[in-house]
Amino acid sequence: MSETLTLGKALNLGLRRAMEDDSKVILMGEDIGKLGGVFRITDGLQKDFGDERVIDTPLAESGIVGTAVGLALRGYRPVIEIQFDGFVYPAYDQIVCQVAKMHYRSRGKVKLPIVIRIPFGGGIGAVEHHSESPEAYFAHTAGLKVVACSNPSDAYWMIQQAIASDDPIVFFEPKRRYWEKGEVDTSGSLESAFPLHSSKVLTSGTDATVLAYGPMVRVALDAATAAAEDGRKLEVIDLRTLSPLDMGAVFDSVRKTGRAIVVHEAPHNLGMGAELAARITEECFYSLEAPVLRVAGYDIPYPAARAEEEYLPDLDRVLDAVDRSFGW
Amino acid sequence: MNESFELLRRMLLIRRFEERCAELYSSQEIRGFLHLYVGEEAVAVGVMAEFGPEDAIVSTYREHGHALARGVSPDAIMAEMFGKATGCSGGRGGSMHLFDASTRFYGGNAIVAGGLPLAVGLALADRMQGRPVVTACFFGDGAVAEGEFHESMNLAALWRLPVLFCCENNLYAMGTRIERTHAVTELAVRAAGYGMPAEVVDGMDVLAVREVTRKALKRIRSEAGPQFLELQTYRFRAHSMYDPDRYRDKAEIAEWKRRDPIDKLAATLRLPTEDISKLDTEITEVIDAAVAFARTASPENVDSLTRHVYSEVRR
Repeated sequence: MSETLTLGKALNLGLRRAMEDDSKVILMGEDIGKLGGVFRITDGLQKDFGDERVIDTPLAESGIVGTAVGLALRGYRPVIEIQFDGFVYPAYDQIVCQVAKMHYRSRGKVKLPIVIRIPFGGGIGAVEHHSESPEAYFAHTAGLKVVACSNPSDAYWMIQQAIASDDPIVFFEPKRRYWEKGEVDTSGSLESAFPLHSSKVLTSGTDATVLAYGPMVRVALDAATAAAEDGRKLEVIDLRTLSPLDMGAVFDSVRKTGRAIVVHEAPHNLGMGAELAARITEECFYSLEAPVLRVAGYDIPYPAARAEEEYLPDLDRVLDAVDRSFGW
Repeated sequence: MNESFELLRRMLLIRRFEERCAELYSSQEIRGFLHLYVGEEAVAVGVMAEFGPEDAIVSTYREHGHALARGVSPDAIMAEMFGKATGCSGGRGGSMHLFDASTRFYGGNAIVAGGLPLAVGLALADRMQGRPVVTACFFGDGAVAEGEFHESMNLAALWRLPVLFCCENNLYAMGTRIERTHAVTELAVRAAGYGMPAEVVDGMDVLAVREVTRKALKRIRSEAGPQFLELQTYRFRAHSMYDPDRYRDKAEIAEWKRRDPIDKLAATLRLPTEDISKLDTEITEVIDAAVAFARTASPENVDSLTRHVYSEVRR
């Protein structure tokens, strides 16, 4: 059954289905109950599943994540909503010191199937702490898995796959894409869905590879359309999984195109682009016609709303990078 | 009398076990950090005596005493101290991360106050599943200054969860005395801010600790909702094996040593000296066996250190 859904609604339906499938799935977060969350991702779930399974919490991110650890130790599959990207930092200690390490520290005896949902990125006219892209902090931490969805169909399936995973997963949601619509085929099973930790080739091309995830996938696709008018065929890959990275399709693509451009909103310095550039260089060195280029946010704190358009990578900056790659 | 003798046995086991650990540390058979509980045994033993096998325990980095009092196998603890694969955490946790789900001992924790929200989660899970059990959450006076303490106290009180918060107040957050770290040094007063009953108890008197725990558990089980205990105690040794202990007055240490919880109980029980020596001999045998167990076990193969970063059954 296929229906047209916004990304936000697709997440809502995915959460609902996960809760129907497994009574041990519970949601926790700030204002997620009656209000349905700031972005209404949990809209209606408390009404239908009760306030013991959709738990409104105080403003205590560290306490919430630590509570989730205790719940997971007792067999639950907690799904935490962090209200905005910048609000995750108080919980960083629990995520890095407990969530990421307890499975390893117990040599596999303890499993922590926790999902930490984080709306991330800018583009909604907010300010710092409400527009950040902290994914690299988490991808750097062994023991955590990190994914980012970019469209309604992936949102619907990936959230369910993340909840079904026995590993802790930091789940990034592109907040400015919450209202964008797409076709979602809700039939079929989780097992037959496209695997969670796999990158996906979205447009086939021979001239340059563009790697993106989350909110920047739409920008990369628009760039591919625009480049096609100039006769350049871009291969856009939605990475989807940031830890572990799925490099197979990326290497195949770069060996074919000889050029790679990574696009993300997070700052350049030590962002995901750095790791991707290193890996591509290590594996595809003799295929490269130009260095791997990065189109990223600037190395500044996320700016005020009026400067947001300058900060965020857009169509022009991606096309400019493509030009620079060809000019090498 | 028999029950009290058992309390003595447990305290002496912890004391002798840790004294042996200190020796093994000096001979480098135990490596890493080592934080000893010597002097504070009455707290772990007194509290744990009232906890049943279904109840849960959350501990700190100074947790050898908690684990032993809980009944985690001395062999498995010693092997963990040695970093051997037969240790209770498979050799990966070490002194600060003893863990044993079978006795519901949910871990030592190297992050001060890091365990408090875990206790909230365990208690929430128990309540949602209708299990009439209580979670004991140990932490020190230093943890009371951390944000996680306040978040956890609020969550537990708000949701009326069955948690016994056991604050081991040994007057020093590592090298800094309580007056230099807390605006309000009467720590039990903090609990009032969360609408939580609190009591102060002499943590050097195991019978008093046991009695106050019994009453607290009765209240938690019947009325629901957490309770706070401030257990006033003292560590006889330095913070860790590296600590030169320059911040404490020798007279103060000597004064507290006169209140040794083991001596105190032995005096109360009026035990003949030969009974205590017999007990000591038995305990020495237990510890000898644990050391032999730890020595003969193998450490985890270095090649397998990349295992269990993630679960191995892919879903």
